[in-house]
Amino acid sequence: MAIPSLYQKDIISIADLSREEMELIVATAEKLKHTPRPDLLQNKVIASCFFEASTRTRLSFETAVLRLGGTLIGFDNGGNTSLAKKGETLADSMQVIGSYSDAVVMRHPQEGAARLASEFTKSPIINGGDGSNQHPTQTLLDLFSIYESQGKLEGLKIAFVGDLKYGRTVHSLAQACARFNCEFYLLAPDALSMPDYLLAELDEQGVKYQCVESMEEVIPLVDIIYMTRVQKERFDETEYKHIASRYILNAEMLTEAKDNLKVLHPLPRVDEINVDVDKTPYAYYFQQAENGVYARMALLALVLTEGSI
Amino acid sequence: MKKKLQVEAICKGTVIDHIPAGQGAKILRRLQLLDSELRITVGFNLPSEQLGLKDILKVENRLFTTKEANELSLFAPTATINVIEDYEVTRKFPMSTPDVLEGGFDCPNSNCISHNEPVEACFRVRKQDDDIRLKCKYCEKSFSKDIVAGI
Repeated sequence: MAIPSLYQKDIISIADLSREEMELIVATAEKLKHTPRPDLLQNKVIASCFFEASTRTRLSFETAVLRLGGTLIGFDNGGNTSLAKKGETLADSMQVIGSYSDAVVMRHPQEGAARLASEFTKSPIINGGDGSNQHPTQTLLDLFSIYESQGKLEGLKIAFVGDLKYGRTVHSLAQACARFNCEFYLLAPDALSMPDYLLAELDEQGVKYQCVESMEEVIPLVDIIYMTRVQKERFDETEYKHIASRYILNAEMLTEAKDNLKVLHPLPRVDEINVDVDKTPYAYYFQQAENGVYARMALLALVLTEGSI
Repeated sequence: MKKKLQVEAICKGTVIDHIPAGQGAKILRRLQLLDSELRITVGFNLPSEQLGLKDILKVENRLFTTKEANELSLFAPTATINVIEDYEVTRKFPMSTPDVLEGGFDCPNSNCISHNEPVEACFRVRKQDDDIRLKCKYCEKSFSKDIVAGI
């Protein structure tokens, strides 16, 4: 089988990536984490175009560029660009920015912005989030964190907890892990359960999953708990108080956990993971956030380097 | 005795027949989007042996491309498209669901980038159970065909 290559490819949607390509990104992230390569992107200019603010995504992308020796141009919000000021189309803006740079990282509040940009730009586009649609680098850093903490991606048992309806990180990660024969446990309030179209996709792929009632019943079974925030504003206050407690993890609940269990969270957390979990060996969300830099370094390196890294 | 036609014959053009009753209006709207100057004769809720009731549209002086015919088939998979020359049927379009639907329809997602930019909406077509689902190439959201057609 041909060795996968991401050289000069756009990274728009997790659905565009094969299992082999995901494995290559994870393996490259691990390499770059342990062996710094400060010259890899020397003489490369990367445009960082954030049409909406996103502190962690932007800073981790920019750190990734700088750690590989690349140079950055760009902006951190769309308000001051020619698009906002002069009514230029995104297609025109991105065509021009693409001609200045070797690759473009972009985040935009509208769904489909990165796909559109890729059609008008010669340089590869890396999607840093397009509205409520895709955020592939979050999924790749999640995958890397799972691999790093478990030593494999194949056949793991993963619990998804919290907002499984609106959380795009959950959707993309479930789609990605489905390619590695993982088994899912889903725990969410009725109003925030996994959308039917996604369950239909999992059914089609023959993925094993079950909806569960409490965290306690799955904690002894799973390798990964992926927590997300149940947003207050989706419920009235009394209802929120009633349901939220079921989706809060604390250290005491983890006494029955397997030794290898790790708790992940895309952050920011509010109160769904009690701070007493931070000190347990199960907490992995801050390492996960740090891994955002390595996963993004891996992507940039693979997209901009011909041949192996 | 010659059977009287329920909708007057046309000399040259295209007849879309065997449209399930109620779907004709949707196709009519689609045709008007393709070309607002078209001369169209319409019959709704006509008796049909196969369907019970059917709609029929006769479009004068206009031949459809295969792509256009395929798009129409989304709305009425049972319909037939007959090319008419000199009052005779000279060709029938085979109806098949297209894999991709480009142009003509807007993405129903109001936050989809395709609305503000110099591109046409484009959907991947997928059959799911009894429905046909259209997935926008840009925003990747999936809709029932009736929602895309604005019906």
